[in-house]
Amino acid sequence: MASRRERLRVLGSEPVALYTLLRLERGGLGPGLPGQFFMLEAPGRLLPRALSLCLAPPGELAFLVDPVGPGTEALCALERGDAIHVFGPLGNGFRLDVARPLLVGGGIGIAPLPYLAELLRFPPAVLGFRSEAHAEAASLLPGAEVVVDPVLVTDSNLRGFDVLACGPEPMLHAIAARCPDAQLAWEAPMACGYGACYGCAVEIDGELKRLCVEGPVLVAA
Amino acid sequence: MLLNASGCLDALTAPEVARQLDVFVTKTITPLPREGNAPPRIAETADGMLNAIGLANPGRERFLADHLPRLRELGLPLWISVGGFSARDYAETCAVLEDVEAIELNLSCPNVDEAADSAAEIVAACRRATALPLYAKLSAAHSDIATVARAVEDAGADGLSLINTLRGLAVDPRTLRPVLARGTGGLSGPTLKPVALAAVYTCAAATELPIVGMGGITNAQDVVDFIACGARDVALGTVLFGDPGAPRRIRDELSVVQLDDSGAAERLREFAVKAPA
Repeated sequence: MASRRERLRVLGSEPVALYTLLRLERGGLGPGLPGQFFMLEAPGRLLPRALSLCLAPPGELAFLVDPVGPGTEALCALERGDAIHVFGPLGNGFRLDVARPLLVGGGIGIAPLPYLAELLRFPPAVLGFRSEAHAEAASLLPGAEVVVDPVLVTDSNLRGFDVLACGPEPMLHAIAARCPDAQLAWEAPMACGYGACYGCAVEIDGELKRLCVEGPVLVAA
Repeated sequence: MLLNASGCLDALTAPEVARQLDVFVTKTITPLPREGNAPPRIAETADGMLNAIGLANPGRERFLADHLPRLRELGLPLWISVGGFSARDYAETCAVLEDVEAIELNLSCPNVDEAADSAAEIVAACRRATALPLYAKLSAAHSDIATVARAVEDAGADGLSLINTLRGLAVDPRTLRPVLARGTGGLSGPTLKPVALAAVYTCAAATELPIVGMGGITNAQDVVDFIACGARDVALGTVLFGDPGAPRRIRDELSVVQLDDSGAAERLREFAVKAPA
């Protein structure tokens, strides 16, 4: 596989709204396609955490981390000069051969969109957040339309676009109902990220399948 | 030999990980296909993890027709993990397996309802069905594992795999409900190691059977400990999730372990070098 596992140095860690942008040196790892993910060693924890790549500046891999539990909190606490094992890129990312892309993100689900926007030459984007404080993270995607709960991204006009989306499950289901061709990046708890643990099973085409192998980006219908 | 613990690696998805091992052990095969349990299926715990996969597998027929031929192409010795819900289930699968290195009887999955037949009854039925080496994978949840080990030895087992996961539960701090959809799951990882060592130590004294030790192995020192307690071979499980290069790393670590006891050192050396396929 094209994925590799290496120990990478932390170049920096900066707050972006209530999230943390963790910048690592790239080492011998490729950035992969937007929507693919990496398994990041979470210091002090047994299992690594699956994160999609947010930005790929030269020589760097940058991840947007939401401190929701002990693993992500440990990642947010990393400092310049620390080093962690990183394994990736893994899974299937977004297809980039789309005619009229529209990026749709919700909350921490905006994570893979800045890198995706760069490769698609900055298409229109609509981002939804649960609070004004979270919405400041939209600075990662200049020019994006921003809505804050109770306004939803699915209140926007999605028709006629090739939707590429990442966000909470209700948002993805709402998009799937309206845009059967949409490419949706899903999330599931993963222990391994490479098809070994069967932990990330989700229902795909009426069957439970491993999201890390079949996804995480799936076509809606 | 260095093996993987059943259910902790898919050699078809990650052949480069499997090739670091001396033997690949399959995920447990049941007579009929099983989708497995509803998600969430995994949860991290202090120095361990819980899983409730529920023996997801393609079923005996599709395994034999589709998966096994592709596994053979890897060129690795194969152990087939066999499961079921009665002695007859197990025996029927054993009867149709041939040209594999060994069969491991999964007598101890904590995530499905247990077979009504005893471990010894299942081993005896499988013994009548196949001449292949039979390893009985036992749970350390038995109050008297030595008696179970002796019973499966008398029933015709050729070896023991020790141990399977132990049933556990994690609570979601927000909802105060179990994290896993099934409620309980199988506990694995470093937290399990002392329990596994005790089971290996006890069974090594109680039987003449060769033992594959497993449960929380993450480094060379863990391997040394299992060998010291009487395991002939060891298997890696949860460590593979976080470190797909673990088999190679542990062999490298073992190659530089220094032991005063020359007999122990000799036994360890066998692990440091991967047997030619």
